[in-house]
Amino acid sequence: MNAQRGLDIVVGAFVLAGIVALLTLTFKWSDFSASSIHGYTLTADFDNIGGLTNRSAVKLAGVTIGRVTGIRVDPATFEAVVTMQIDNKYNNLPKDSFANIYTAGLLGAQYIEISPGGDTAVLKNGDRITMTQSAIILEKVISKFLFNKAADK
Amino acid sequence: MGVINGLIKRLSDVLAALGRAMLTAAAHTGALAGFALRLAWRLLPAWTRPRLIVQELFVIGVLSLIIILISGAFVGLVLGLQGYNILSKFNATESLGVMVALSLVRELGPVVTALLFAGRAGSAITAEIALMKTTEQLSAMEMMGVDPLRRVVAPRFWAALFSMPLLAGLFSLVGILGGYVIGVLVLGVDTASYWGQIGEQMQPVADVFNGIVKSLVFGAVVGLIAVFEGYAAEPTSAGISRATTRTVVLSSLAVLGLDFMLTALMFGA
Repeated sequence: MNAQRGLDIVVGAFVLAGIVALLTLTFKWSDFSASSIHGYTLTADFDNIGGLTNRSAVKLAGVTIGRVTGIRVDPATFEAVVTMQIDNKYNNLPKDSFANIYTAGLLGAQYIEISPGGDTAVLKNGDRITMTQSAIILEKVISKFLFNKAADK
Repeated sequence: MGVINGLIKRLSDVLAALGRAMLTAAAHTGALAGFALRLAWRLLPAWTRPRLIVQELFVIGVLSLIIILISGAFVGLVLGLQGYNILSKFNATESLGVMVALSLVRELGPVVTALLFAGRAGSAITAEIALMKTTEQLSAMEMMGVDPLRRVVAPRFWAALFSMPLLAGLFSLVGILGGYVIGVLVLGVDTASYWGQIGEQMQPVADVFNGIVKSLVFGAVVGLIAVFEGYAAEPTSAGISRATTRTVVLSSLAVLGLDFMLTALMFGA
């Protein structure tokens, strides 16, 4: 009787573990790590964000210092408003810092690179980075290049 | 003249051997189909004794856990290493997580689990049933009015069918964790992009559900072949060994062939 009960429990645990594994694979990923950064929030407006997504990296001198946490369109200006969380360790970014959208490698993911300015005032929680440069869209660059070539002739 | 006659005889011998092999294979396939039909009638009645199915879930599913989990971890580790190696050439190591996860959930999880399952559990099922047949336990059951298909075969089939998706899910999960260990902890890929890309690009229905469907199909195929080979085994010691070998070979081939067809159906268009 007891051995039978032990077997039942082991089988039950196996079935449960299997179902939990399948459900984890199905649903759980999105909540995994977005909230793991404790930091302050900055926003920046871009004309075009290219392939930037939630959880894209925010880098300073190539080192990841934060994450993109939200992207929306400002209905008045039609610009993209990107919200990012910056690690509290980096709370001395100058007020006139510059935000660029770059691509990692030729085909890699896009990220925001912060170029620090020279101002003594620093960016605080909720501040907006005013100086931004949009993502480089490869097609635009190529077509510009082609038109210039054609104009040269 | 004699030489030509000899040659013709040789040739016809070869042809006859080929024909005999084909006929045997055809007869075997036909017997498998007939057996599957007879088994199908007993599948639902087998639930009148769920205890037997639980018992087999332990033998077939739980006892396969160790090999599945260890293999899953190592497959994940290797995928992490190789994926990092390849992706770093394109500066795209952020995508390591999604590469590992999709490879596992779509293909490696169901297929490798099914191959290991055929070797670990399928061969055991065949050997057990074949030995029951050889020692005339199956005929004894029939004599007592107990249907061996319902009492012995159906519970093992059900257990194989249920165990496969559960084992494949655990395999994939452990593999993704293995990729995490190598990619993030050892090689320094960013944690948030490892998990974030998985969350962003893995589709619950298109990827995970299709993986589950695959592993259910494989479970049914491996289970059916295993019980059939046991049931149809020649009742000698050599027959048992041949039946066991055939289970592993046939179910591995069937899994790989079916996997290609299912992939073409699910992801081909």
